[in-house]
Amino acid sequence: MNLDPVLLARIQFAFTISFHIIFPAFTIGLSAFIAVLLMAWRWTKEEKFHRLARFWTKIFAISFAMGVVSGIVLSYQFGTNWSRFSEFSGNVIGPLIGYEVLTAFYLEATFLGVLLFGWNRFPPWLITLAACLVAIGTAISAFWILAANSWMQTPSGHEIRDGVAYPVDWLRIIFNPSFPYRFAHMLNAAYLTTAVVVLAVGARYLLGGRHIEESRTMLRMAVGMIAVSATLQLIIGDMHGLNTLEHQPVKVAAMEGHWSGRDPGALVLFGIPDEEARRNHLEITVPHLGSLILTHDWNGTYLGMTDFPEDEWPPVANVFFTFRIMVGIGILLIAVGFWGLYLWWRGRLFDNRLFLRATSLMWPLGFIAILAGWFVTEQGRQPWLVYGLQRTIDGISPVPGASVAGTLALFVFIYCIVFAMGIYYINRLINAGPKGQATEPASGVPNRPLSAAEEAAREATGLPPDEGPGRPLTAPRG
Amino acid sequence: MEWYLPVIWAGLIGTAVAMYVILDGFDLGIGILFPLTREEEERDVMMNSVAPFWDGNETWLVLGGAGLWVAFPTAYSVIMPALYLPVIGMLLALVFRGVSFEFRWVAKPSHRKWDIAFAGGSIVAAFLQGVILGGLLQGIDAVEGQYAGGPFDWLTPFSIFVGLAVVAGYGLLGATWLVMRTSGAVQQFGRRYASGLLVGVLAAMAVVSLWTPLTIDRIAERWFSLPNLYFLWPVPLAAALVGYGIWRWLEQGREGLPFVGTIVLFLLGYAGLVISNVPYLVPPHLTFWDTAAAPASQIFLLMGTIFLLPLILGYTAFVYWMFRVKLAPGEGYH
Repeated sequence: MNLDPVLLARIQFAFTISFHIIFPAFTIGLSAFIAVLLMAWRWTKEEKFHRLARFWTKIFAISFAMGVVSGIVLSYQFGTNWSRFSEFSGNVIGPLIGYEVLTAFYLEATFLGVLLFGWNRFPPWLITLAACLVAIGTAISAFWILAANSWMQTPSGHEIRDGVAYPVDWLRIIFNPSFPYRFAHMLNAAYLTTAVVVLAVGARYLLGGRHIEESRTMLRMAVGMIAVSATLQLIIGDMHGLNTLEHQPVKVAAMEGHWSGRDPGALVLFGIPDEEARRNHLEITVPHLGSLILTHDWNGTYLGMTDFPEDEWPPVANVFFTFRIMVGIGILLIAVGFWGLYLWWRGRLFDNRLFLRATSLMWPLGFIAILAGWFVTEQGRQPWLVYGLQRTIDGISPVPGASVAGTLALFVFIYCIVFAMGIYYINRLINAGPKGQATEPASGVPNRPLSAAEEAAREATGLPPDEGPGRPLTAPRG
Repeated sequence: MEWYLPVIWAGLIGTAVAMYVILDGFDLGIGILFPLTREEEERDVMMNSVAPFWDGNETWLVLGGAGLWVAFPTAYSVIMPALYLPVIGMLLALVFRGVSFEFRWVAKPSHRKWDIAFAGGSIVAAFLQGVILGGLLQGIDAVEGQYAGGPFDWLTPFSIFVGLAVVAGYGLLGATWLVMRTSGAVQQFGRRYASGLLVGVLAAMAVVSLWTPLTIDRIAERWFSLPNLYFLWPVPLAAALVGYGIWRWLEQGREGLPFVGTIVLFLLGYAGLVISNVPYLVPPHLTFWDTAAAPASQIFLLMGTIFLLPLILGYTAFVYWMFRVKLAPGEGYH
């Protein structure tokens, strides 16, 4: 069997980074949510904010741990799998990763310890401060890693000597042409994704008649956030698309399934791109709408796939379909946001069963959209690793295909176990719900006897619930 | 500038690696000692004693890796493919033990699998870190800035031995950490295993100190040529004295000193390795200067590091200080 090391290295990196990005995307949003809850608690002194913050912090802890361990892997994979790329680009994007570690990782990791383990020891203001620092740390981390990624998409501020990139202007390297759009798009995506999860959890409790007070707070906060951030995402996404048209036109041609640059572009709602035949099968289109969106002109033209040499084509169908998944979910979420606002205005937000049932199932949507979006932009960059400068095929390590295949199998095996368990435990924590005052029915919810039993078992073995009844607070000593 | 920038960066990365080895060393050590007790409550205390810190500790590993890429991209792109399998194995082991910190609590009472994952992940990660060190010490073939060897070149009796030595070393750090940070049965447990591990670690250091000069001429010349010998003989002597000190302190029932002594012992061993290999970053051919990044890149990150590193050290120390109160049995942070 002939193992293609390039393809295997790509699959391995795509696999590990796809798993990884789910958790930072969630923890960027969740840390901000927790910080807001804690500040609301300090401000209003309402206990529900405190209970919610404690509840989401437990889920945050698991997600963050998975983000950390899958992220450490990545910082070494540049070297293990992409050593020629590392050497080519190390002078330019290496320092950006270095700054990410120094400005963000330590801040997050260190103050996370305070946020998770400090409740019995430290005053509330310190915990709140720690939560804010963690939230700021996650956003700073996104800043640097997206600067590095954007440089690979739209490199600038460098010069090439002897086949290696050297820095010329750091500001132009960091604030390269696509960076502001990509950063805003991703950060907003993280907040939107988290809001969808919060909405789903709140809806799930309301359907079960549990944690009423907390759920209402979650629903209000989430619906407001989704209405704003999903709409904003459409605007940012449009600007990002125009930026891509300027700097990576072939990516946009693939996204749109646009083959010939001589004709005005139609908006292809559906189709099956065929690279051989250079057309889409079974397409459903809105004529001229593609031109209107991308050139803001009914008869405007923009480059199509056939305007580029074939050895510079990205895999058209992959880019085309993942783009539609992302946009479809985005539009659905805008609808959810405004549906929620409407119900809120009519005073029906907490008892419209259809809304609650639909949104309680929607928690994965944001994650799927984020993954789809990354597939669009990363596959759309192919066959380049650094756009226009280094081809993917020239970036890999001199490692035999068998080594890559073997470790890939291990990655798949171990990640599937670890992450399946992580999601299972997060689900269990959500089932258990926030602890504290009984706004829930006093004696066990009829349809959830098992979870009550689990709770009892966990209490009995001395597990966390710090404020559960009958468990004395351990006073700080010394 | 072209001359001293790489030296500064070698010093910084060397510091990051030393910080990593000591800090993650003690929490990996807790995992290494995990199988030696069966008491759930003791395991709870052991894990709790490092739970607030492990994440920050592992960040030094990221700094080591990222720093190597930033400052010495050629070294990074030679070492990682050369040690491909042990590096990825180590990372996967760290995945297992990292998630165990959270999963074990949530899984209770059926948490046994995460006990195994925590212990197994810690032992494998420590062992492979030693293998990586051994693989680096014995030398890596590179041609024109890329690795030029096979996928198993690292696998030798020497690298296996260094792997086992690192497991014992981290175990000693973990045991003396428990002596310092806990009380009662867990402290006793730490003290009981610390002495045995100390003997093992000292023996391993002696073996490596003989093995490397005997097989690598460059290292023999560094240590035994004159006048180097005059300056260098205190290093092994100091290690022997510190080893004796740790032994005495453990016998006297001291709590903090054995851990401090173990850190000094690690630093002395580390100094020995640095002396053996300076100025090679990728022995036997590539030096700091051969593998350095463009001066502009090294300066750009250095400017930030000058301010950020003291800040990081400051708040890391602050958080350790905040959690300074000893853990009683049965007490958790959760």
